[in-house]
Amino acid sequence: MSWLTDYVRPKIRGLLKREVPDNLWTNCESCSQMILVKDLRKGLNVCPHCGHHMRATVAERFAWTFDEGVCTRIDLPKVVVDPLSFRDRKRYTDRLKDERAKSQLDESMAVAHGKIGGHDAVVAVMAFEFIAGTMGAALGEAFVAAARLAILQKAPLVVFTASGGARMQEGMISLMQMPRTTVAVQMLRDAGLPYIVVLTNPTTGGVTASFAMLGDVQISEPNALIGFAGPRVIEDTVREKLPEGFQRAEYLLDHGMIDMVTKRADLPAMLGRLIGLLNHRQAAAPLRPAA
Amino acid sequence: MPPDGFGGGPGGGTWQDSWLCYPHGMRQFLDFEKSVAELENKIDELRHMSGPDGINIAEEIARLTEKSEKQLRVAYAKLTPGQKVQVARHAQRPHTAEYIGTLIQDFTPLAGDRLFGEDKAVIGGIGRFQDLPVVVIGTERGSELESRLEHNFGMARPEGYRKAQRLMELAGRFGMPILTFIDTAGAWPGIDAEARGQAEAIARSIDTCLSAPVPVIATVIGEGGSGGAIALGAGDRVMMLEHAIYSVISPEACASILWRDPKLATSAAEALKLTAQDLLQLHLVDRIIPEPLGGAQRDPEAAIRAVGDAIGAELPDLLSLSGAMLVAQRREKFLVMGRDGLT
Repeated sequence: MSWLTDYVRPKIRGLLKREVPDNLWTNCESCSQMILVKDLRKGLNVCPHCGHHMRATVAERFAWTFDEGVCTRIDLPKVVVDPLSFRDRKRYTDRLKDERAKSQLDESMAVAHGKIGGHDAVVAVMAFEFIAGTMGAALGEAFVAAARLAILQKAPLVVFTASGGARMQEGMISLMQMPRTTVAVQMLRDAGLPYIVVLTNPTTGGVTASFAMLGDVQISEPNALIGFAGPRVIEDTVREKLPEGFQRAEYLLDHGMIDMVTKRADLPAMLGRLIGLLNHRQAAAPLRPAA
Repeated sequence: MPPDGFGGGPGGGTWQDSWLCYPHGMRQFLDFEKSVAELENKIDELRHMSGPDGINIAEEIARLTEKSEKQLRVAYAKLTPGQKVQVARHAQRPHTAEYIGTLIQDFTPLAGDRLFGEDKAVIGGIGRFQDLPVVVIGTERGSELESRLEHNFGMARPEGYRKAQRLMELAGRFGMPILTFIDTAGAWPGIDAEARGQAEAIARSIDTCLSAPVPVIATVIGEGGSGGAIALGAGDRVMMLEHAIYSVISPEACASILWRDPKLATSAAEALKLTAQDLLQLHLVDRIIPEPLGGAQRDPEAAIRAVGDAIGAELPDLLSLSGAMLVAQRREKFLVMGRDGLT
């Protein structure tokens, strides 16, 4: 269990630093209006004109979610690298190396613990910027580690999802992360701990069809694309025009697949409230979950 | 008869170009079986010949038969991953319904998910396997155009996976082992399926399968296509027929994404390690069931018997364990997949 004790204390401020200086302008990817970069950052990467939620980095998620942005990142267990010796137009090992250099992340999921609304919580964040947030053995390992840490701390697990699906370069090992992460959810369930999923844009494929749809509470950011098959695959298969708003968060809400659509700015308060209500047994210490 | 052009599923179908049909009875040959097809056609012709030199004809038939069997043996001993994909999707391989028909006595189909509808892409019910009451669930592709449409080519909608969950729960309540048969290009990627929560249905199906307090034996009999397959695949034992494939994505779709060229599906098939032999080595499946010479499609009855024997061999060990023990062991098995044991 050395990964639990080898804490890495991140310097949030340092991680948040970006290459683009604050005084530059950028365009909203949805409404194309000009936004001052400084304003965009202050506004949690949400367009002040149209409310479009742009992508967030792992460091930003942790900073926005935990009380005062204070958290402790955990070192994740190492896994076998490139188990299939996969090579497409590029070697998978080279791809991993390049992605690590580019994103300064080890893999497509990072885990930290801290307080949300005054309650202990473990948070796992998926990094879409790392090979499209695809799920391989390392992500499975990270998710299992997050669940184990939550159980150890009797804390809830909150996961922010963002994924293009399976990591093809890991073949069937990638597919097997679906039952694997599902077992981790079952471990939380057995321990009587809340498991909250926050779906962010986009979440598709094997991630949606496993741990991302098994939350006790399912939240989504506005307009996030959420589905099993990608829209293009569906269009190619059924040869029909997809309905307006298809596979968006609001569509899933209408179809009974999620509990709520919550704006980014309101997420910490909502998470704090849900944790306070659901994890009451841990707060009241002596009460033990029914075995 | 048209070749099984649907083999590729969504985004696929490029292999259909390589199909060759020879008029040998109703048998469909694959491109790499060309020389065997020619020999068998010759044998057929000889059989229809009659004359004073009948004895010589019999000798010639015996000689050619031996030759064609030898060629089959050689070809099937070293099938490439690309060829395995073709064999696994062969239209004349036995389907789930045929396995049930032979292996399950008193089979009683049960229908519907009790929530929305009845999805015939997943068939299931109760019956007896070697006198033991069991629950059987499997994806069914259908065998000719009409039944393929009826079964949606084995590509299930959420209702199919929710029916599977219902049957798994029923199995748990009544202490009946669960046998699943997997043969699907994948879950149906349609508007209706997404609207009714395809992802949730698959996730919950895996969840339910992992929690069943009874033995679960999953067998990939043809094509194990991604999420649509793993929904029925989280078993205590996962078995594959010798020439079956099991993959996270179809080689065609993988090629078009990673190589930007669906024609490179053969390269993708090799890279994905989707054969039974590769997956056994990776410890992701537990047993390979040998197929008759020339694949299950040449002798469906023998293939079905072999699967029955394998299930019969695996069941006693599992039946000796308590429900709680089975669930604990099953979870542990999937919990370590990708962590260790990979060579």
